Amino acid sequence: MWTTFQLEVFKIFKKPRTYIAFAAIAAITGLIQMAIYADGQRYMDFFLNDIKESFDVVGNPLNGYFVCFVILQTLLVHVPLLVVLISADMIAGEANMGTLRLLLTRPQSRTTILFSKFFASSFYILLLLLWIAVTGLFLSLWIFGEDGMINAKSYEIILLNKDDLFWRYLLAFGFAFIALSTVGALGFFLSVFADNSLGPIIASMSIVIVMTILSTLEMPLFEKMRPFFFTSHMIGWKGFFEMKIDADGAAIPGTIRNIPAITKSFFILLGHILFFFGASWFVFRKKDIVN
Amino acid sequence: MEDVIRVKHLSKKYGDIIAVKDLSFTVRKGDVYGFLGQNGSGKSTTIRMILDLVRPSSGHVEIFGLSVQKDRRRIMKQVGAIIERPDLYLYLTGKENLQLFARMSGVKLSDHQINHFLELVGLAERGKSKVSTYSLGMKQRLGIAVALIHDPGLLILDEPTNGLDPQGIADVRKLIKQLSREEQKTILVSSHLLSEVEQIASRMLIIDKGVAVAEGSVDELLDPKDTGLLIHTTSDEETYQILLSSSYASALKSKSDKGIFLRLDSVQIPKLNRFLVEQQVDVLSLESRQQLEHTFLKITSPDIYVDNLSA
Repeated sequence: MWTTFQLEVFKIFKKPRTYIAFAAIAAITGLIQMAIYADGQRYMDFFLNDIKESFDVVGNPLNGYFVCFVILQTLLVHVPLLVVLISADMIAGEANMGTLRLLLTRPQSRTTILFSKFFASSFYILLLLLWIAVTGLFLSLWIFGEDGMINAKSYEIILLNKDDLFWRYLLAFGFAFIALSTVGALGFFLSVFADNSLGPIIASMSIVIVMTILSTLEMPLFEKMRPFFFTSHMIGWKGFFEMKIDADGAAIPGTIRNIPAITKSFFILLGHILFFFGASWFVFRKKDIVN
Repeated sequence: MEDVIRVKHLSKKYGDIIAVKDLSFTVRKGDVYGFLGQNGSGKSTTIRMILDLVRPSSGHVEIFGLSVQKDRRRIMKQVGAIIERPDLYLYLTGKENLQLFARMSGVKLSDHQINHFLELVGLAERGKSKVSTYSLGMKQRLGIAVALIHDPGLLILDEPTNGLDPQGIADVRKLIKQLSREEQKTILVSSHLLSEVEQIASRMLIIDKGVAVAEGSVDELLDPKDTGLLIHTTSDEETYQILLSSSYASALKSKSDKGIFLRLDSVQIPKLNRFLVEQQVDVLSLESRQQLEHTFLKITSPDIYVDNLSA
């Protein structure tokens, strides 16, 4: 399995399309950083205008942690597309090239080949997130400096100390890995049925887009459906940037407000991954390779 | 002699379409076994079932005495295959493709060994080029190297000369003969071209519409007494009418765009030639054909073959 996994990773990184994702992320983060560097202070002054009437804002609110938070919210829309570019190509791309039948005449079981391909696509997602961490978090910290972060929600403002943030980002990136792996597993599953990667790429993205739109619409029917959409749980990483509140209404640093909700989302996403992969395995091990 | 492939009552249905029906045959050790049939006759489906790429609707395949469905991994260590087209990773070089498939087969090859395989198929100079820059013939030869990379005892080559130019076909044919003779490989080679199978195979099976129609050694299937003659003249239609009204009418067997086919004893060929010259027919070619092609056409293309033109 280790050898086949290595070979799958080798193939992924030999394809030019793989680097599109890394270039796109570098471009998006770079543009956001450039825009914030140029106009961020004006935007921040406007944003803090009302707050400054009631509070004294000290330090540098326009710091690396804040910029990374903005970047993560923006990338959430794009990264699933970049993930399915690879995951939906894992089986269908090989079927299209005709290499799948050659691969399956080697002394490896279909299960080994499928697991290797799935783990290789997960490894690609992991590297993609590390790249986001490097360009979105570490580069932002280097450019904009380190300080406490303002997490502004529609009904509250959460102030997080600078020494209470890094571990939250680590957990957020860990959660994002599971969230993106769910999209990857969906693309992988659809890939098993197709002989061309374009179909599963478009289908995966359509499912993600439709679910995201439906879950944002404030209508009773869609609100009932929302918990059943895996896309609703993909934004669970934001929960790591909320703190518990004590009896006096003061935030408690070093705490996470709603661990059960995050855990529930985590297991729902994990369940989806297992379902998509299990279904892929069930179909693939008996599939006739006719192309 | 040891049986390498044993196919027993193999059938495959896709809905109502029967691709292969109750097919049975045996390939023995050291055979170059020709698997002959027209396009769509069920050859590729059969080969895919032999390689466990397609699940049979019924029947059974054994390779080296082991069941393909139960012992696939063990069997594939001793099997190399090309199926229809030489599809390889276009974004990798020839060397990288060989290394990748060797490692997939549990073999780690040195650079020297990789070069040996590239030399064997005449690609030593292009090993470092991406496969996307290869011609079809080069891809086909690299495909054969991929099939050989783990030193299998059995080679399964599905239409290995498809799309190749005459030189490419001759090269592949030579390579197959060399692998059989010098490396004692057992080879199952499918083709829709009789001439190809005839030249390299020791035994053959003819399949039509998924059903086996003839099997045996090439010598058994060829009847030396029953020689065919293909005549091509400046006007085949006029020549055909002349022959129809002559004593050669009973020997006439078919007429197509390739010429006029007669079944004739070989001693009568010079007499026929003299007769045609006397009749002032301009003969372009007189080609002696073995009965096998006649049989193959009769079996597989009854619409082209007209059995009794004189009637």
